[in-house]
Amino acid sequence: MASRYDRAITVFSPDGHLFQVEYAQEAVKKGSTAVGIRGTNIVVLAVEKKSVAKLQDERTVRKICALDDHVCMAFAGLTADARVVINRARVECQSHKLTVEDPVTVEYITCFIATLKQKYTQSNGRRPFGISALIVGFDDDGIPRLYQTDPSGTYHAWKANAIGRSAKTVREFLEKNYTEDAMSNDNEAIKIAIRALLEVVQSGGKNIELAVIRRNQPLKMFSAKEIELQVTEIEKEKEEAEKKKSKKNV
Amino acid sequence: MALQDVCNWQAPDTQESSLHLPQVSGWTLPRGCDPQAFLQIHGPKLAHGTTTLAFRFRHGVIAAADTRSSCGNYVACPASQKVIPVHQHLLGTTSGTSADCATWYRVLQRELRLRALREGQLPSVASAAKLLSTMMSRYRGLDLCVATALCGWDRSGPALFYVYSNGTRLQGDIFSVGSGSPYAYGVLDRGYRYDMTTQEAYTLARRAVAHATRRDAYSGGSVDLFHVRESGWEYVSQDDACVLYAELWEPKPSKEEEETSKAQS
Repeated sequence: MASRYDRAITVFSPDGHLFQVEYAQEAVKKGSTAVGIRGTNIVVLAVEKKSVAKLQDERTVRKICALDDHVCMAFAGLTADARVVINRARVECQSHKLTVEDPVTVEYITCFIATLKQKYTQSNGRRPFGISALIVGFDDDGIPRLYQTDPSGTYHAWKANAIGRSAKTVREFLEKNYTEDAMSNDNEAIKIAIRALLEVVQSGGKNIELAVIRRNQPLKMFSAKEIELQVTEIEKEKEEAEKKKSKKNV
Repeated sequence: MALQDVCNWQAPDTQESSLHLPQVSGWTLPRGCDPQAFLQIHGPKLAHGTTTLAFRFRHGVIAAADTRSSCGNYVACPASQKVIPVHQHLLGTTSGTSADCATWYRVLQRELRLRALREGQLPSVASAAKLLSTMMSRYRGLDLCVATALCGWDRSGPALFYVYSNGTRLQGDIFSVGSGSPYAYGVLDRGYRYDMTTQEAYTLARRAVAHATRRDAYSGGSVDLFHVRESGWEYVSQDDACVLYAELWEPKPSKEEEETSKAQS
């Protein structure tokens, strides 16, 4: 049944599926994991870095991109598609400033990206974008925001979310460990993002890329050293928690 | 017709000019001149016959205007509304061609309303001014004449922008527009302080327009006074310009003074 309705994007199947969109979502599930956390005074994006070939220059592989001074996004899925979407979003951020004098709100740019994605699910001869995006930032009113878009063009606001490979595992971890109180501490927000990624990433801190935006401050990418520091702290906390457990058991 | 043929007279071609250019038939022009250019240099200069002013202070933005609409030497309307509400927190004082102002304000209202629906909040006064000036700058050179001050209260507090139809957009604390503006500026510059009380602001605005209507032939009628506060705009008063000017020299005694003078006599 599926094979007869999954060639052209603009054709519904009898049971109401747009198969090309669903296949795009499968493509997203093959991409490397990205995690977004919304704290009280900080927003965090952490992504799993794919291991690079020996001769490849690591610095050119970037999965967290600034859309404007106060908004940035991470994606999971086809890198080339992401590049196109990010370019369009960056242009829109500046056009908005030109037409209307104000910087975009995070919701506005998310809505723009989602509308762009939706257009490609309803056009002839085009396929959907094979990416999901996590968009974070602060609005003028100082409120932090995290949004997620998917290839079908829908978007939702989240307190914490993950996309890409093993997103389900990470999301379950976040549901268990995310508390609003802890999020009022910036460091805790960063740690929970790293801890969530460590659940699914092999070989620890070397394969994690992290960026934060604090209120009224520009995007800050963490260096490998800073990430290592966080990872060591997390491992210490783990050991201490285990010691306590074993003491109780005895 | 026989006479037509004898005189070689041809009916003027009324369908020549495109829809966008203003009609220039009716003006006798020297042969060989481009009508647009000629009129721009030598034609009648409409000096935006009006006095409108707006200034922002601690407690909001005051907008005041006269009510005379003139067409050359003829008073077309002695009681016209020159301050147009755009939405609950935004007013515009208008000057220039009344028809242009009215049309562009309606377009601006529509733009702002659409954006408010899409984005969940009304755009700021700076945005509204930017939108208006970009819309009008597309018609530059086509004799649009809109000189307006947008007065509003948004997330950043009281805000005031001057927009002109050639695309000028300026932010400021005091603006006065129209043929009576030099007279109004004189009074405003003398009495303006950011920390005025509301009553002082009302008096200053009324005084400025009254002085302008006294000396400027194209301003007169009544003085409309509006105040934009945090809670929205308010139509404060309408006073006859001549009566207002006379009162400036013999201020109406306040109620207390009247009662004390009655008690004494």
